[in-house]
Amino acid sequence: MLIEIRKKPFNAYAEMQYYLDSLDIVGKYGATANFVGSMRDFNEDNKVTHMTLEHYPGMTEKHLETIAKDSIEKWKLLDVLILHRVGKVKVGEDIVLVATWSAHRKEAFESCRAIMEQLKSGAPFWKKEETSSGATWVEKNTPGY
Amino acid sequence: MQVSVKYFASLREVIGEANSVVDIEEGTSVNSLWQSIIKRKNIEFDNVMMAVNMEYVKSGHQLKTGDEVAFFPPVTGG
Repeated sequence: MLIEIRKKPFNAYAEMQYYLDSLDIVGKYGATANFVGSMRDFNEDNKVTHMTLEHYPGMTEKHLETIAKDSIEKWKLLDVLILHRVGKVKVGEDIVLVATWSAHRKEAFESCRAIMEQLKSGAPFWKKEETSSGATWVEKNTPGY
Repeated sequence: MQVSVKYFASLREVIGEANSVVDIEEGTSVNSLWQSIIKRKNIEFDNVMMAVNMEYVKSGHQLKTGDEVAFFPPVTGG
């Protein structure tokens, strides 16, 4: 299991492969599921140029670790990777990566979705968007279901 | 007794500071502390989330000396 808060841009797919290469689960996993969230250039009717992501150092990592550990136990996962950006994020950059590995697809799919939704609703991150009409805090996330 | 208080994101901007140390009476609930802060600062803030020692708590949670209390708006990561 790896949980990291990143201040610099990352390539989610390269990170997933790099992490997988460090694991000793070849032959054991039959399913990989992932979710990658990236920076759009719009939100509702506003054009967004960039945004700043803030977090609560310590609590954010602790909260994500609890989500990951509970998911490993619930779905009998072989591994979980969660990366999340903070700081200034530009259009097109990856914001979040959740990847899960399991023996079969049901557990990988379900856990990846559940981890992402729990991250969205509980992990202490906040987005401030720079739009054509000024900087504004995002007040709530769009529903995932 | 003393507890430390942290504010994040839009709430930090409304409050005008990120951290403070406050004196409260033994057995004060986290919600009582919040109410005293918004009264003292003369602000309104809906849907505040509360954490103590980096874990979410219910509004009736009783504080202990040295606790790290955090107040923040609904989270918007991902």
